[in-house]
Amino acid sequence: MNFSTSLPLALLIGTAFGASLEAAGLGNARKLAGQFLLRDFTVFKVMFSAILTAMLGTYWLGRLGVIALGAVYVPDTFVLPQLGGGLVFGIGFALSGLCPGTSCVAAASGRGDGLATVAGLFVGVLLTGLALPLLEPFYRSTALGTLTLPRLLGLPYGMVVAAIVLVALASFLLLERWEARA
Amino acid sequence: MSRPYANPYIAGVALGLVLLGCFVMTGQGLGASGAFGNASSGVVNALAPGVAAANSYFRDYLQAGSVWTAWIVAEVLGVIVGGAVSAGLHGRFKFEIVRGPHAGTAQRLLAAGAGGILMGCGAVLARGCTSGQALSGGALLSVGSWAFMLAVFVAAYAAMPFFRRLWS
Repeated sequence: MNFSTSLPLALLIGTAFGASLEAAGLGNARKLAGQFLLRDFTVFKVMFSAILTAMLGTYWLGRLGVIALGAVYVPDTFVLPQLGGGLVFGIGFALSGLCPGTSCVAAASGRGDGLATVAGLFVGVLLTGLALPLLEPFYRSTALGTLTLPRLLGLPYGMVVAAIVLVALASFLLLERWEARA
Repeated sequence: MSRPYANPYIAGVALGLVLLGCFVMTGQGLGASGAFGNASSGVVNALAPGVAAANSYFRDYLQAGSVWTAWIVAEVLGVIVGGAVSAGLHGRFKFEIVRGPHAGTAQRLLAAGAGGILMGCGAVLARGCTSGQALSGGALLSVGSWAFMLAVFVAAYAAMPFFRRLWS
């Protein structure tokens, strides 16, 4: 199968991505901050509905032979930089109320805080890039290559997919009940 | 008139289908922070080519081709277009600074900028952000992506009590 690197297609996919984020309300920092203030669980609901959909889609398209799963790029695992980077990222996420993708949507829909986040992201990436020679030992540490949860756990792919679906659906149910009570 | 946002589950499934389509057509997932990696590499290369060439982070982007026409740059331009079009169509485009009832404008912008800097730093270290790692890598069951996602949620919940004043 030949994958496309076409830029018009990239623009089109990005447009659909941005439109779905905006339609979900994720261009609004108040909604994202609400996730961490336990007031609004839109982030969790949108994110996990999306993960379930794409995860089930790739699993079944792979099983049915429509796509070759090995050909889809799975991000490499670097345990410590990804945990450490995630912690730094999470603090920034709480401060800004937006993440990189959603800050672009916020800025595009007229929000000044979105634009400020975009500017901050550029500065943060630039400074960390400049400092990377110093951070290199950490940055390249704990490299495990392409490692997936099924391989790590020694379980069949389908079983891990099913377990994630069940946990996510149970979380949705609990969230809805909790929100109805609040 | 501003119309309400979509049902989060339906919007999430739509987003998941966009991601699935991206996997099938391009062999890779969605992203966002990578565009900032390309842009900063381009700027450093223009201002100080020697510095860019000596730095493995910028060099990787520069060696992949023209940073201004990289796949992810076009995709993020699309995110901006899609966000603006959807906001416009639903009457949600508005020049404002989204902030809590007791947060000042300058305070909010400062927090947003500082948050952006931290997220930029975290995304470089983690090799991606909530789009490329949490969402795309998460759907492909990458261990590192799930570790990143877990760390983001833990840190954001732990940090939020300190930033409550910004929102309430």
